[in-house]
Amino acid sequence: MKTFPIGGVHPSDNKKWSKAKAIEPMELPDVVTIPLAQHIGAPATAIVAKGDAVKVGQKIAEATGFMSANIHAPISGTVTSVDMQLNGQGLRQMMITIKREGDEWAEGIDLSTDLVKECNLSAGEINARIKEAGIVGMGGATFPTHVKLSIPEGKKAEILIINGVECEPYLTSDYRTMLERGEELLIGTSILMKAVSVEKAVIGVENNKPDAIAHLSKLAKAYNGIEVKPLKTMYPQGGEKQLIAAVTGREVPAPPALPIDVGAVVCNASTAVAVYEAVQKNKPLVQRVVTVTGKSIKDTKNLLTRFGTPVSALIAKCGGLPEGDNRVLNGGPMMGRPMANLDSPVMKGCSGITVLSGAEALRGEPSACIKCAKCVEACPMGLEPYLLSKLSKKKAWDDVEKNDIVSCIECGCCQYTCPANIALLDYVRLGKQTVMGIIRARNAKK
Amino acid sequence: MANRTIVASAPHIHGPQSTTRLMGDVIIALLPALAVSVYVYGWGVLGITAMSIGCCVLFESLIQKFLVKGKQTVTNLSAVVTGLLLAMNMPANIPLWIVAIGALVAIGVAKMPFGGLGKNPFNPAIVARVFLLIAYPVQMTSFAMPSTEGFADAYSGATPLAAAKAGLLNFGEYDILGMFTGNMAGSFGEVATLALLLGGAYLLIRRVITWHIPVSVLGTMAVFAAIYGAFSFDTPHLVSNFAIFHLIAGGAVLGAMFMATDYVTSPMTTKGMVIYGIGIGALTMTIRLWGAYPEGMSFAILIMNSVVPLINKYIKPRRFGSKK
Repeated sequence: MKTFPIGGVHPSDNKKWSKAKAIEPMELPDVVTIPLAQHIGAPATAIVAKGDAVKVGQKIAEATGFMSANIHAPISGTVTSVDMQLNGQGLRQMMITIKREGDEWAEGIDLSTDLVKECNLSAGEINARIKEAGIVGMGGATFPTHVKLSIPEGKKAEILIINGVECEPYLTSDYRTMLERGEELLIGTSILMKAVSVEKAVIGVENNKPDAIAHLSKLAKAYNGIEVKPLKTMYPQGGEKQLIAAVTGREVPAPPALPIDVGAVVCNASTAVAVYEAVQKNKPLVQRVVTVTGKSIKDTKNLLTRFGTPVSALIAKCGGLPEGDNRVLNGGPMMGRPMANLDSPVMKGCSGITVLSGAEALRGEPSACIKCAKCVEACPMGLEPYLLSKLSKKKAWDDVEKNDIVSCIECGCCQYTCPANIALLDYVRLGKQTVMGIIRARNAKK
Repeated sequence: MANRTIVASAPHIHGPQSTTRLMGDVIIALLPALAVSVYVYGWGVLGITAMSIGCCVLFESLIQKFLVKGKQTVTNLSAVVTGLLLAMNMPANIPLWIVAIGALVAIGVAKMPFGGLGKNPFNPAIVARVFLLIAYPVQMTSFAMPSTEGFADAYSGATPLAAAKAGLLNFGEYDILGMFTGNMAGSFGEVATLALLLGGAYLLIRRVITWHIPVSVLGTMAVFAAIYGAFSFDTPHLVSNFAIFHLIAGGAVLGAMFMATDYVTSPMTTKGMVIYGIGIGALTMTIRLWGAYPEGMSFAILIMNSVVPLINKYIKPRRFGSKK
């Protein structure tokens, strides 16, 4: 069984806490706050004002330029403000606040659960619908999907890869989606294949989800050119470059090269379902499945949640925060972002809320580097984290750049594996951001 | 303070490894060989081991407390590993005061002045061993002969390597099995080849070390010995006996499995580890065959230790995306 070629770690997957929980709808919140920046690229521009009445699925903010995404009202009601609010990290950010009245959807959205298999749209029309629906990568990276599907001049896509890996421990939202929305996922995949005009698609799923592999393989028989590929469980296989290498054996060269340079387009499994809904049901992206999990969470759940719902409401529905110290993560324990403000909203990239409590929430005391080389062994990009961290600490930015820091995908394998508990990624992240700033400044001068 | 929300950057979980656990695994891996030493040489070797470990731990904690004035580091067990390896590199009848001097050199000269664990360029146990070999050549090369009755430290004899060097060994009919299981003269920790291999296998299974250094050291030694043997002996039987002899005589296995693999003083990349291992294997054989000393493992490791910073600078891991 295949996996990616270099490095990787094998943390306990901890999916047992929530994997058996079927997707259930989260109650509609009375008030939602919708950040205008929920994706990589320029924040969207608000097209509603205070006092406007909106329906579910109505566009309330428009993409600012190509590298941006539309945003739609997740509930019906009245816009009460368009203003700066605190986000999950405690930073102020532009958000639209809507007070809910009922649950009235905009015209033309098909709310039935009937499967629509036929799709006679052209690639251009499909991409236009995806763009209109505000779809972004739902695995967490939130890269606008219409940008990904716009193949640059001179390049050619050869394979579409659907990312059903969900290598991040704890999270089960993609897993439940693959089990419960398998048909929609496969139709979405066919549509995406048409959008980038490829004959072949591979759905990569790690072998710690045998039932998802079996279920999708069975369904895939009815679709042309779609193969379900079991992959050997290894973190970070869900990383785009790692997944492409695991599936095709091709390695995306160092930045600025992109997956399309090796002929691959990668979309997340939940994104494929969102594409199905946008193209076949005319339903914009207003909700997603969010796993609420953790060893000490009383009643873990996979909740179909409207965007803008406060994270604290989801946690309350699952039995509340455990007593004592907790780390609340937007995402999973390897790459999730720590939340300082639990009243902040669920956004497009939030695949789960993981709560680590007690001793799990504390960092170990760092000690001296013993040069065990475990970080080098674990790095899936073939970098030397110990060196990058040491050089970043010394602010030796030239050397940091020469040692390929921009290739770092911030997966955290180095820090996870370090027996001396050194915060390797903290320094590497700092070094990477600094070097990327230096490179941008240098390019701007040219 | 009751219900804090902790904000720290990812990753938020940590693997099971810790420095203490890795060092503990090295200690566990050395225990079978130590047990064989007790069986072969008697309880005296435990006295030497206790003295060596005790002195290393004591010196490190005293230096840390009074000179460095920092947090105690002995709990990471690295001083215990150094002490254990140093002891196992001594003859079974070494006077205890020499052991104490060795521990002082290992910790007080080779380790702590550079900043303690992780910073020393040379393997502390080997620095101490080489120091003792030069300072106390008589005591360090008077090896007790193993005895099936145990407690036989009244006799002393030549190690197989010394015998071979003096031309006194018949490669046609030496006792391979006996040497393999500990029946030879030598430093008490190096004689039990089988037990050392067992310990090495444990380290590999626990992923404390990777195969790169031991295999490249022993592989190079075997190839080197076979080539030399091909020019010196008439029959393939003698050539292979000669090669096997060099792998089980002296400190080959102890050095390749436990000394050359010391994290701090070995390279950071697998490619670098192989280069380092080949260097150690080749230098060991060069010293054994043409040098003044019968055994060259310690010198070879020290020499290659000095090359490690250079290897780390120029040998980079294969970057993802470099494959065409």
